[in-house]
Amino acid sequence: MSEELKVKTMEEFLAQGTQPEILFWVGSAGSYDDRAKKISRAFVKILNQANVEFAVLGPEESCTGDVAKRAGNEFLFQMQAMMNIEVLNGYEINRIVTCDPHSFNTLKNEYPSLGGNYDVVHHTQFIKELLDSGRLSLTGQEYKEKRITFHDPCYLGRANTVFDAPRDVLKKTNADIVEMKRHKKTALCCGAGGAQMFKEPEKGDMDINVLRTKDALETNPNIIATGCPYCNTMMTDGIKAHEKEESITVLDVAELIANSI
Amino acid sequence: MEYLPNVLFVIALVIGIGFFTKNIKKLSRNIKLGKDVDVSDNKPKRWKNMARIALGQTKMVVRPVAGLLHILVYVGFIIINIEVLEIIIDGILGTHRIFAPLGALYDFLIGSFEILALLVIVAVVIFWIRRNIIKLQRFIKPEMKGWPKKDGNMILYIEFVLMLLFLTMNAADFQLQQLNAPHYTKAGAFPISQFLMPIFDGMSISSLLVVERTAWWLHILGILAFLNYLYYSKHLHILLAFPNTYYGKLKPQGEFNNLEAVTNEVKLMMDPSADPYAAPAEDAPEPEKFGASDVMDLNWVQLLNAYTCTECGRCTSECPANQTGKKLSPRKIMMDTRDRLEEVGKNMDANKGVFVPDGKQLLNDYISTEELWACTTCNACVQACPVSIDPLSIIVEMRRYLVMEQSAAPTELNNMMSNIENNGAPWPYNQMDRLNWVNE
Repeated sequence: MSEELKVKTMEEFLAQGTQPEILFWVGSAGSYDDRAKKISRAFVKILNQANVEFAVLGPEESCTGDVAKRAGNEFLFQMQAMMNIEVLNGYEINRIVTCDPHSFNTLKNEYPSLGGNYDVVHHTQFIKELLDSGRLSLTGQEYKEKRITFHDPCYLGRANTVFDAPRDVLKKTNADIVEMKRHKKTALCCGAGGAQMFKEPEKGDMDINVLRTKDALETNPNIIATGCPYCNTMMTDGIKAHEKEESITVLDVAELIANSI
Repeated sequence: MEYLPNVLFVIALVIGIGFFTKNIKKLSRNIKLGKDVDVSDNKPKRWKNMARIALGQTKMVVRPVAGLLHILVYVGFIIINIEVLEIIIDGILGTHRIFAPLGALYDFLIGSFEILALLVIVAVVIFWIRRNIIKLQRFIKPEMKGWPKKDGNMILYIEFVLMLLFLTMNAADFQLQQLNAPHYTKAGAFPISQFLMPIFDGMSISSLLVVERTAWWLHILGILAFLNYLYYSKHLHILLAFPNTYYGKLKPQGEFNNLEAVTNEVKLMMDPSADPYAAPAEDAPEPEKFGASDVMDLNWVQLLNAYTCTECGRCTSECPANQTGKKLSPRKIMMDTRDRLEEVGKNMDANKGVFVPDGKQLLNDYISTEELWACTTCNACVQACPVSIDPLSIIVEMRRYLVMEQSAAPTELNNMMSNIENNGAPWPYNQMDRLNWVNE
């Protein structure tokens, strides 16, 4: 354990009779996946630094059901959604932040018609708010003059047209932000969406993540930045496929910011 | 006998438009085979989308070369229709160049039509070269073999010939004007067809009359024939792009619809007072089928999408699965949907308007599960379509059928889903360990 993180659950807030400023939806990847857990920790470091009163649901959080929905299992999705909505509404949650664009998309767009209405933001948007309002400032020069290229997660970018927040945040690290040929609306998928993360790809002549990493390599970066735990895994594997893991690292925007505090 | 041309013209017009109307009715009937969907919301936004995307061609120019050439053909098509209006009036009344009294304006109009006609010819030739000589990747994909390839070329040939007939007609007309032939009043400007005139040097008035009349008749009959070719070709987009962009998706691309039939059942399941052993009421309607295995299970906007697709392949060329050699091609999803819908329509025609089950369906007979499972739901195809077609919505609807009606998901996905059911996460971890990351 590197440093002490301050994390309180909704249950604790309720016991105190107070409401947090925001709920951090950790998501299944952020809770269990070894790589994604580091992103959760980095984001909490930022929240602690900016003195944000936030809560998590802990054991009361369950899968959003997003991946089941993309796989075609509408039943399972709606079961998950309604259980989560019961918990969220029970705690009278208004605002949610998450590091996972898939949770972000489904909580923001697909929960409302099932009775879950929240103001949902992606962590890159929330970090931008913290920076813009002066609650968080960066003094570290860890990434000064490093070349960073940002891979747009489909469910953040194309699906919800959040293109600028992650880029604005990255600029604060004083790094050189370089764009891949296909970016923003025309960004290529990392290959994990639509439940592909959980299965072997169909027969083809290449893996999608290897192709996308090739796009990134063409910008000659030191770092590939992402804003999605699944993209992170795919790009990391892609870097290995291209045998570039010695010279290029894949980091989440939250990690880049946490390291620049 | 004096009115014979007028009579023949009216007969041709009535047959041409009548046949076209019949096909449009069939088209409309087939589209209405789809399920109802509420698209009555947000009319101003819908009109704006139609104006911007269909009329304004904003998504065409994302690819500048094809986009600009397409605009030439599109503008040419719309503007030259003013000339067709004159031809129709002339044909019915037996007049010649009835708009000629417009004078200078008329000269300007005819002059612009000629320039546009030349530009259309140039664009069409480049299009043909892109398809047949350069062989752009997206035009030679497997689903383009056979009829789709022929269809694409046929449209280019027809457009080329129509423009050539238009210019020939004008050139012969201009020559007749020079020779002071009766009825051929001096009218119009001929910046392009004047260069064709040397062909007619030394021809008698009577031969020129034959050339001019032949070109005039072939031109208008060609247009009527082309109008009727639309229904049988991929070219319906020139009409359907407008309603299709109007009814296109307004929500964020990432938002998939929540199936209402499922919501009702899930609510019932979660209702503690519901009797789990209750038998369905006597008069309960047949439980709704989840997802789509055939075209009738899709909604009518999705079927309109299929008829609107002009097989340009921009979706397929942006698809990550297709780019990495997988079988999935979003364009093929649309082509298959249309082909199956046409098959169902023909079945109904042959059976007095009632569909008689033919042992076939969209799933497996047209679209394989391998294609459906290769999709990453990334929305690149939706983003790429210049006329707001949503192939992804059909893929998802068919996955829903596979999973909810047939339990036919790939094994790994079944494992993932049972993990969610049992542990509330796609991996087999204990829900009580959800907060362990804090102290690791």
